Amino acid sequence: MTITDQEGGRKAGHLAAEYALADSDLHAMYRTMALARALDERMWVLNRSGRAPFVISGQGHEGAQVGIAWPLRRDHDWVAPYYRSIATCLVVGMTPRDLMLAQFARASDPSSGGRQMPGHYGHPGHHVVSVSSPVATQILHAAGIALASRVRGLDQVAMAIMGEGSSNQGDVHEALNFAAIHRLPMVLVIENNGYAISVPAAKELAVQDVADRASGYGIPGVVVDGTDVLACYAASREAVDRARRGEGPTLIEAKVTRLTGHSSDDQQSKYRSASELAEGLTRDPLPIFRARLREAGVLDDEAEAALAADVSAAVEDATAFAEAAPDPEPAGALDHVFGDAAAGEPHPPWHPAPGGGPG
Amino acid sequence: MAVRTFIEAVREAMAQEMRRDASVIVLGEDVGKKGGVFLATDGLWAEFGDDRVIDTPLTESMIVGTSIGAALNGLRPIAEIQFADFIFPAFNQLVSEAARMRYRTMGASSVPMVVRAPYGGGVHGAMYHSQSIEAFFTHVPGLKTVVPSTPYDAKGLLVASIRDEDPVLFLEHKKLYRSVRGDVPGREYTVPIGRAVVRRPGSRLTVVAYGLMVHYALEAAERVADEGIDCEVIDLRTLRPLDRETLLGSVRKTGKCLVAYEDNRFGGYGAEIAAIVAEEAFDYLDGPVSRIAGPDSPAMPYNHILEDWFMLNPAKIADAIRKLAAY
Ligand SMILES: Cc1ncc(C[n+]2csc(CCOP(=O)(O)OP(=O)(O)O)c2C)c(N)n1
Ligand SMILES: [Mg+2]
Repeated sequence: MTITDQEGGRKAGHLAAEYALADSDLHAMYRTMALARALDERMWVLNRSGRAPFVISGQGHEGAQVGIAWPLRRDHDWVAPYYRSIATCLVVGMTPRDLMLAQFARASDPSSGGRQMPGHYGHPGHHVVSVSSPVATQILHAAGIALASRVRGLDQVAMAIMGEGSSNQGDVHEALNFAAIHRLPMVLVIENNGYAISVPAAKELAVQDVADRASGYGIPGVVVDGTDVLACYAASREAVDRARRGEGPTLIEAKVTRLTGHSSDDQQSKYRSASELAEGLTRDPLPIFRARLREAGVLDDEAEAALAADVSAAVEDATAFAEAAPDPEPAGALDHVFGDAAAGEPHPPWHPAPGGGPG
Repeated sequence: MAVRTFIEAVREAMAQEMRRDASVIVLGEDVGKKGGVFLATDGLWAEFGDDRVIDTPLTESMIVGTSIGAALNGLRPIAEIQFADFIFPAFNQLVSEAARMRYRTMGASSVPMVVRAPYGGGVHGAMYHSQSIEAFFTHVPGLKTVVPSTPYDAKGLLVASIRDEDPVLFLEHKKLYRSVRGDVPGREYTVPIGRAVVRRPGSRLTVVAYGLMVHYALEAAERVADEGIDCEVIDLRTLRPLDRETLLGSVRKTGKCLVAYEDNRFGGYGAEIAAIVAEEAFDYLDGPVSRIAGPDSPAMPYNHILEDWFMLNPAKIADAIRKLAAY
């Protein structure tokens, strides 16, 4: 692969062809990564300037997220993501406005109408399962979605995504065991950034690779370099195809770096050394993929300038749109507890009656 | 109309719904060939096959969590928890996920799932096969909790629960499974969720109960009737959403309220009933809202003398009625 890059990379189409992709795919993948990064950086600016109380984000994970989500069939396959999945959500169809509406917790936030913390994305239309805060629960939802796909005779694949710390939860064991027994069309993605908040991987796992655990379930476990977008893509395409063929789940572990603190409430210099943080910067997937695309002749100055302008406009638009959008009203805060309004319990007299919010 | 046991009614509800709607599936431990440890799913595997009647690994969080996912993707799972006592590994999935999915997606996603769980004591089940678990779950908005007391209601409420768009915890008292018989129409019918019923009209005092305690309360009411205490017995049937009208209507009429529940007394479901009655029917009361419930031991002991000590029975309820009536 590297040899081909060196010898023929500059010929347009060559790198893409190696992965059965088109140059336009590579361009779109890079654009999605750049867009995710720009939105993410804007969220931190909003936080530091007092306009958003909380940020949790995916800087450093974008390469793995874009490469791994790329083989999914939009609005057909399902994804059960986690709070770092900004780029994943963009790949499967959520828009910058959707993500910023969640960041500002506005009434029209399609993820939760402002009910959840930022980063807890969801979009039934795009088959994005609503993210919750207790980690790892979503892997069981993905297994159930995969089960329904099988029972209903559909050929949907369900992808669950989480961090390596979360992978230690019992739900992961229960889900992999069940999905493996029934060869369900599921893919588990572990974005291993080496930390669960402040706890380093060495204190979370007795093995080097989470993927090693796959053998205990009788399924393949694959380790990929999360800075290598196309390697992530290839691994995921194989896993997704395998799942769709009815051959069962795969565990993909992408080694990534977390470029920010765990969240806006975390100060990572307290537990990570300066040299380690500097080393992390060398594993930023964005410049790595950019260099590879320039090398391959997919990106040039002109294309980059256009892309930068396009991304910046999208971020400006999403931020302005979401910031100006109205907040939810307390009068609607008891809507959607139960499906049938008649089953809803009467409002206690000391709370306002529901205002008949959306739906 | 056929006479059926409680468990036959449960089984008939599932079989009929599975015939009617291909999206209904059953999953749980031993629910397949064996038909469940209580035989609630007996015959379903033979009729509907591996895809729709799934013997799961021994993992309760998985049973509930995958049911949530399956419900999100178009199925209507009926999950069986072998004994209610073992539902706690799935607590997170029920409380954090199933109950909140609709709320956290502004109604865009829902979890039409039933979790059936045999509960209750007096069956020599000891500390881990006797528990009442409703207090943990009725606390949670977004979950419906249904506890039938008769075969007729078991079938009608289970059908309604399967067709419901929200997650329903369906609690079946083990002691009722084979001890109670009743008329159950062979046709499809539903009993609406959220409606209580007056099982015995009366004028002096209201006894509120659910599950097995309805039967004990009715027996107790007969015992004290000879002494001139005319009790009204309410079967709540659905614990949440609660039928306040039937509850409050009765207490406003009788002026006295006794809540009978099998669970430990402290912080039990009956405490909420007592609080609602105290807040909303205060002007009608001429006695303290009272509870008769299990003792506050961590669980029901096994030895039969200790089990009898723990369990309510008609005599204990009758005593509580006399005491309150005399107030
Ligand atoms: C069940 C549960 N326990 C604790 C937390 C608090 N918490 C949120 S994220 C996190 C660390 C997760 O680490 P990892 O899975 O590696 O993902 P990362 O944040 O590193 O991407 C913790 C402890 C939680 N959300 N859920
Ligand atoms: Mg981590």
